[in-house]
Amino acid sequence: MVTTEELKKVRIPKAKVLMNKKDRLAPGHRLCAGCTAGTIARCATLVTDIDDVCIFHATGCLEVATTVYPFTAWRVPWFHNAFENVAATASGAEAAYKVMVKKGKLKKVPDIIAFAGDGGTYDIGLQSLSGALERGHDFVYICYTNGAYMNTGIQRSGGTPMYAATTTSPAGKVIPGKIQWRKDLVAIAAAHKVQYVATASPAAHRDMMTKVRRALDVDGPAFLLIDMPCPRGWRFPEELSVQIAQQAIDSCYFPIYEVYDGKEYVLNPKSKAIANKPERKLPIEEYMKGQGRFRHLFRPEKRDDLIARFQEEVDKEWDYLLKLVNMSK
Amino acid sequence: MTKTKVTKGKRIGMTGDEAVANAAAVINPDVVAAYPITPQTIIVEHFSDFVHDGEVDTEFVCVESEHSAMSACVGASATGARVFTASASQGVALMYEILFIAAASRLPIVMSVANRALAGPINIHGELTDQTMCRDTGWISMFSETAQEAYDNTFLSFKIAEHPDVSLPAMFGLDGFIITHALEGVFPLDRKFSQDFLPERDMKHPTIPGNPVSSGLLALPDYYMEVKYQQELAMTAARKVIPEAFKEFGEKTGRYYDQVESYQMEDAETALVTMGALAGTTKYVVDKLRKEGEKVGMLKVKTYRPFPTDDLAKALKDVDAIGVIDRDLTFGSPGAALYTDIKTSMYDYKDRPQVFGFIAGIGGRDVLVEDYEYIYKQVLKNKGAEKVVPVEWIGLRK
Repeated sequence: MVTTEELKKVRIPKAKVLMNKKDRLAPGHRLCAGCTAGTIARCATLVTDIDDVCIFHATGCLEVATTVYPFTAWRVPWFHNAFENVAATASGAEAAYKVMVKKGKLKKVPDIIAFAGDGGTYDIGLQSLSGALERGHDFVYICYTNGAYMNTGIQRSGGTPMYAATTTSPAGKVIPGKIQWRKDLVAIAAAHKVQYVATASPAAHRDMMTKVRRALDVDGPAFLLIDMPCPRGWRFPEELSVQIAQQAIDSCYFPIYEVYDGKEYVLNPKSKAIANKPERKLPIEEYMKGQGRFRHLFRPEKRDDLIARFQEEVDKEWDYLLKLVNMSK
Repeated sequence: MTKTKVTKGKRIGMTGDEAVANAAAVINPDVVAAYPITPQTIIVEHFSDFVHDGEVDTEFVCVESEHSAMSACVGASATGARVFTASASQGVALMYEILFIAAASRLPIVMSVANRALAGPINIHGELTDQTMCRDTGWISMFSETAQEAYDNTFLSFKIAEHPDVSLPAMFGLDGFIITHALEGVFPLDRKFSQDFLPERDMKHPTIPGNPVSSGLLALPDYYMEVKYQQELAMTAARKVIPEAFKEFGEKTGRYYDQVESYQMEDAETALVTMGALAGTTKYVVDKLRKEGEKVGMLKVKTYRPFPTDDLAKALKDVDAIGVIDRDLTFGSPGAALYTDIKTSMYDYKDRPQVFGFIAGIGGRDVLVEDYEYIYKQVLKNKGAEKVVPVEWIGLRK
């Protein structure tokens, strides 16, 4: 059983070492250019032992684009069941591995990663996730959030930002995109009192990979929410994906932090820097204006009222997070 | 023809649910993932006792819904593990989506279904619709007339499902309350028998560390059809494997089963055909009518999927008219599930019997001896009809 203090000390190999490892997700898959799901999946699986990891996958972009029969881009064992049930599917596999260990057929339960998008997690997969976290299966759930059902054509999800235009929350003449704020999925996961919950971003890839390794080292469930800029769904040039992810951190719309034992909140360097020097915080307008999903807030006329309203929500969440971090000290 | 030879050994009183739980404990599956629902609860409760008393090696995953139960079964079975679950009614409906995936993934999960009517109105009693509605999922599907048969079906289901030529999930039903909760004498089997009858599962491409196989891929119009056709081939293979499994089981236990059980059919001119617990009373009524000089017999369809088309044709070739008693519903159809399958199976035969449909015992409604006698009289009355006689609901309040 790894202690929380031990977990905090978990580090990953140097970049040179990681770069020389064989990719677990091979090139030649069919993800869109600029898609960060591939970045996330590659990075996350690089910190695993190629012979000691099994991947379970919810239906979604990453799933369909990497496994079009009769091809697969995965060099590690990989299984897909359905959209809303990757946590339950991984639960069953984990139970089976435990029996194999008991019967001497396996040395240990392998690293298990369950990948799902925000639709498969915030919405349709929430019950399955909650059940698996409560039962304490030894696996890591990675929700890569691009803030909409991108695989089916950009429909809103519980993780879609306020005012974002999606095909089911379009920027209309009366209603300016999605009118609700996103769900606080990290708090929901942390409320299960699992040992490790964290957010991560492809703009801080080493931090992200360290978190995946920490999550895998937990003897029990761990949950990661990873920001996944989507050029197609968010409407920005494909070369800007990582820059947009950086802006999400800088604006505090997607701060990166860890939650240990459901109560100890720790900010990670990029977000910590902003906490230390609040003047570094990027106005949310800067984050929004580069993305076509918010275009209706800038054209034909600028909606300062709505941008201010969005800023207010970001500030509220960020201030609350800082409170939690300070309370943890 | 079923030869019910009595197995040596002590007969033990148990309910149908207990029988299934006991059989599962003897089999000692690797993983059981289940969620409680009346009238299946005793199965999972009883099995939990075995787990917590250390009598099985099973990892019991007590999930938060049936959808997750079947999902966890799929995940577990994908690793090559032997997996069992149990459900009923709404539970089966909730896992319906994943039943298709389990079959298409060729995972030999076994599920007992404590057959119960579906809401609405909400009802907890016996009816087979929760299983007949799964006919398109790609599962092997059997029914049980008694607790003993449910007990035996647990073993038989694994045998058939895990056969390398089949490799399909299998479900078997036991009528809610009538079988699940009624106490019967059951001849149990032991671990030694189980290990001999059910050799370890040998999966070709398990999802285990070090074996970089991808399963559950997206198949588009260029390949989807071939995948589905392979499922049909597996069902065809099951038609061959099932009688072999029944034979081996019979030789080892003295309890022989047939896909279609014939009762008093030797010189029968009329037959009543049904599935599950209704067969018990039907046999009683057939005996009664025989004493009165009626040339009537009974057929019990034990294997519903794959449907024993040829066996039925053989059994019915000399019969003039049959009454099919369905304890299941499908609205707006030419008739209920068994009726339509039988009619379709017989259509091309020159000397086919006339088929009359009856719906009985819906939502756990008692089906009395008089009801069967009435059905028999209706079959005789309608014999020779020159157009389709509408399916009749039996015991309906007017």
